[in-house]
Amino acid sequence: MLPRLLLIITSLAVCNAVAWADVDEMKGLEIAMEADRRDTGYHDFSAQLTMLLRNKHGKESLRDMRTRSLEVDGDGDKTMIIFDQPRDVKGTALLTFSHKIEPDDQWLYLPALKRVKRISSRNKSGPFMGSEFAYEDLASQEVEKYSYRYLKDETLNGQAMFLIERDPVDENSGYRRQLVWIDQAEYRPQKIEFYDRKDSLLKTLEFRGYVQYLDRYWRAREMYMENHQTGKSTLLTWENYEFRVGLQDSDFTTNSLKRAK
Amino acid sequence: MRQAGWFIALTLLQCGHAAVPAESEWRGEIALEFRAFTESALDPAQNDSNLSLSGEVEYYTSWDDGRQSFTIKPFGRLDQRDYKRTHGDLREAVWLFSDDGLEVRAGVDKVFWGVTEVYHLVDIINQTDAVENRDGEQKLGQPMFKLSLERDWGVLDLFYMPMFRERTFPSAEGRPRSQPRVAYEMTEFQNHQEKYHQDLALRWSQNLGDWDLGLAHFYGTGREPSYSLGHDNDGLPVLIPRYEIIHQSSIDLQGVVGDWLWKFEGIHREGQGPSFSAATGGFEYTFYGIAESSSDLGVLTEVMWDERGDSATTPFNRDVFLGLRWVANDVDGTEVLSGVVNDWDNSTRFFNLEASRRLGNDWKLGLQARFWSNVDEGDALFGLRRDDYIEFKLSRFF
Repeated sequence: MLPRLLLIITSLAVCNAVAWADVDEMKGLEIAMEADRRDTGYHDFSAQLTMLLRNKHGKESLRDMRTRSLEVDGDGDKTMIIFDQPRDVKGTALLTFSHKIEPDDQWLYLPALKRVKRISSRNKSGPFMGSEFAYEDLASQEVEKYSYRYLKDETLNGQAMFLIERDPVDENSGYRRQLVWIDQAEYRPQKIEFYDRKDSLLKTLEFRGYVQYLDRYWRAREMYMENHQTGKSTLLTWENYEFRVGLQDSDFTTNSLKRAK
Repeated sequence: MRQAGWFIALTLLQCGHAAVPAESEWRGEIALEFRAFTESALDPAQNDSNLSLSGEVEYYTSWDDGRQSFTIKPFGRLDQRDYKRTHGDLREAVWLFSDDGLEVRAGVDKVFWGVTEVYHLVDIINQTDAVENRDGEQKLGQPMFKLSLERDWGVLDLFYMPMFRERTFPSAEGRPRSQPRVAYEMTEFQNHQEKYHQDLALRWSQNLGDWDLGLAHFYGTGREPSYSLGHDNDGLPVLIPRYEIIHQSSIDLQGVVGDWLWKFEGIHREGQGPSFSAATGGFEYTFYGIAESSSDLGVLTEVMWDERGDSATTPFNRDVFLGLRWVANDVDGTEVLSGVVNDWDNSTRFFNLEASRRLGNDWKLGLQARFWSNVDEGDALFGLRRDDYIEFKLSRFF
């Protein structure tokens, strides 16, 4: 009798825990979907990026690039990045067709040889241009790329936040999990902590100076990434955001890569 | 009233132009190169070291809302020993129009076809500037008119080339070079129009999911000459280059399967001796984040095959390449590519090492080492058997 009762109690407890976990996962997913919904429909944009790389001795170097992005219905964005600095890579351009679950398609254009090279997009965790941003940190943030769990409400810089945990679905991700602080007012990411495969804190990303475009889309002016394991940091500054500039599919082809200047 | 109307219309037109200012920019590179040869030269006219200075400037301007642009890119080199390597070339001087899946280019331009690392088999539009580097990656500007159509079924490129450029060859003092030297001054053409045979080419390419496919056909003066033995005015033995009218069909294919990159190029050529086929292909597999670092290590293998065997106009006739590419992914962009090309028929080996890294934002240091060993007398590389060299290159970008 007793063992049977125990079994019932235990299974009830387990059921409850599962149910609670479900609720948290559901809430985490709902927050991610709401954030995504609010950021959908801009069609296309272009912007300029500057990266200020700093090592632990304070030595700095600069990266300048331009980006163009096109929303794709039912799939990840199409993006082109054209490099201006450092000067030896000026004119180099990277074309990405991001996908929700499948690996992204990527091509790199080398202007000196006029050559378009297909590259493997499996290298998600590699540093982008020697910076503290990995490719996956800058890639199109599709809801399907993570599983979610709502943790708690928290106050950050005086603003009410949802704190959620998201785990990358792709086994090639460099992260085991990420903690994301999303403000409750506008569903904008304000801070992300990245935990490496061994679950140690690797990097922290802070979003600063949000500006609203087209009365709807919020973009951070600055993204500051700090690597806690190496002491290096990268300050990414976005400038000259322009939405709905009339970009279309034909601006995102391997042929258009060769025209990129 | 009517005049006022015209005036307003004109003013508006001009406003329209002023609202889209032409974007233009300059860029350039100056490079100092030093080569040290590790063995004594076969020809007493040659030297064991060489210093060289090169410069390239590019001016680009666009208008018409970015639909039209003009690019001009002159190049020049001063060479300490080789007066044929002291040369200039207009790499580009091209007007471009592009709009909604249509692209037109007219002028002097450079076009690259191909996917492999070592041997650029299908690349045929531009002539090789062989005095620059023997790797076939430095090209002379090609006068052309090019029309491209981008559609759902792929990209179709049509080329009309009104003029042919001869390959550049080193003078007697140049090194590395063939033995005997190529007598560029005795160049022969199969066709009476010589440099002015009108050449045509067509290429279709398409992205098929994880694969990129290109099919092309070229009709005109072959960029790769055949050679016959002869004597120059001084009675010294020389190789006389001869350019034939050829038909060449080609295929190039590259694909990505996980961490594997697969590459293949194949050609069929008619008009240069008996018709023949040739192919090259292989893979590159990359290990990401090796040894807990952020650097990547790629393993490359490519096979090169030419139906003509020893009578091929290329040394890459029965060869296999094994190589490693190390990319540090650091702030300085440090990269090393090294490998060996081995001829499986005659055991000739060619070692190659290329490394580079940035020094600050505007400078770059490059290292190149090339060694030929166990060179067989029947191999096209036989003349280079004593031309092993190490090259240092310091570039300033602005």
